Amino acid sequence: MAYPTDLKYTKDHEWVRLSGDTVEVGITDYAQQQLGDVVFVDLPAVGTGVTAGAAFGTIESVKAVSELFAPVTGEIVAVNERLAQAPEDVNSRPHDTWMVKIRVASGSTDGLLDNAQYEALLT
Amino acid sequence: MTDTTATAPGHTALKPTPLHARHLASGARMVPYAGWDMPVEYSGINAEHLAVRSRAGVFDVSHMGEIEIAGKDALKTVQHLTSNDASRLATGQAQYSALLTPDGTFVDDILVYRMAPSHFMIVVNAANSAKAFDWISAQATTLGDAAVVDSSARYALIAVQGPAALDTVQPLTGADLGSVQPYWFTYGEVAQARALISRTGYTGEDGFEIFIPPNMAERVWQGLLQTGHAAGVVPCGLGARDTLRLEAAMRLYGQDIDDTTTPIEAGLAGIVGWDKPDFIGAAPLRAQKASGPGRRLVGLEMRDRGIARHGYAVLKDGTPVGTVTSGTQTPFLKKAIAMAYVPAPFAAPGTLVDVDVRGRVSAATVVPLPFYKRPRTV
Repeated sequence: MAYPTDLKYTKDHEWVRLSGDTVEVGITDYAQQQLGDVVFVDLPAVGTGVTAGAAFGTIESVKAVSELFAPVTGEIVAVNERLAQAPEDVNSRPHDTWMVKIRVASGSTDGLLDNAQYEALLT
Repeated sequence: MTDTTATAPGHTALKPTPLHARHLASGARMVPYAGWDMPVEYSGINAEHLAVRSRAGVFDVSHMGEIEIAGKDALKTVQHLTSNDASRLATGQAQYSALLTPDGTFVDDILVYRMAPSHFMIVVNAANSAKAFDWISAQATTLGDAAVVDSSARYALIAVQGPAALDTVQPLTGADLGSVQPYWFTYGEVAQARALISRTGYTGEDGFEIFIPPNMAERVWQGLLQTGHAAGVVPCGLGARDTLRLEAAMRLYGQDIDDTTTPIEAGLAGIVGWDKPDFIGAAPLRAQKASGPGRRLVGLEMRDRGIARHGYAVLKDGTPVGTVTSGTQTPFLKKAIAMAYVPAPFAAPGTLVDVDVRGRVSAATVVPLPFYKRPRTV
């Protein structure tokens, strides 16, 4: 599929939507396909510090548990509370379902992939 | 996002089932399983699981192994090698049973089919196929006149499971399937393929397992999906097979049972032929029956958020006392369930325990097995 051009991506199959000094973070369509039906998303509390490349939460599908890796370094400023009731949003609308918003420490969006680079990674 | 529980793909070549090309063409997601390249899901585990509970699903389970034992002393051999009492089987009947070590623990859990008075077929788990054949062959040489043949390559195996299973298979065969009782089998042609049709399965639903020549597998698979199409019958993968069997509390070798656990501990004393004179593993099992097992496999239902999964510790008052063997969020019952070994004093339904879910203590209650029992219709 064609991945949205307004998002950035990581090798760990997260997407990032940049908006000022904060980013929204979700998982890609490829990631949700690999996981299958998502049943739990376990996210940190607002105020938690996260480090690019380190695990910040877990996502569980019927068959497996996977870690979520922070695409940037910064601080969690919002979590998507709706996912507690509707984790299946991750499957049905992966690129419109953000999990956390992170206020980015300066300069830490370097190294994210654009859609073409991410698509190349999947082939 | 990195998968922390799934097995990494091996570097050895995976075996394809006779339906491999069909799975790929249908867009199934494939995973390595017990050395085979198997479909884990087609439309999604939830959708497939619910289809089997409400309509029917078709599964490729050709990875299962078949071992045949035939000859003058076949019954004697099977009686010695397997836990259940095979002398109670009529020709055309099947039983759930086990191959046991001399310690009374599982080599494998199996189905024993009596094909003829002196001809048996044992269906073994894919992961145990070679081990089970070697075990049976080694033992059989001392037990009399019986030949042991690994006939796994002679069969493709397709399971049709769910309330619509009978109506899905019947149009394709002249055999009267309605008269085949659970754990009996018959012979016939299915979509012009000669078949052994068994009223068995691994989902907790009514259904059939159809043994056919590998070169006919695609024809039968397509035929089943065509006749079942109007009723909403769908192809299913190993993912749904696992959640279905877990709701029905059917044990999975390698998780719920293995060569460290006995049928009594696993709650499967019913597959032990206690009246048989002797069989491998009998003495330790009789001793354990008399003394009572130290631990038991129980059902758990999570009270806190979180899914207990294979290998997680069961806690009582903060102390690890047992281990989760299988667990999932079930698509049909819509709750987190698990099976776990716990010390016998904590095995009574209603007992409150906790599970260590990756460092978080989550409350659970011991519940009776199975979690799901299909509604019986006359």
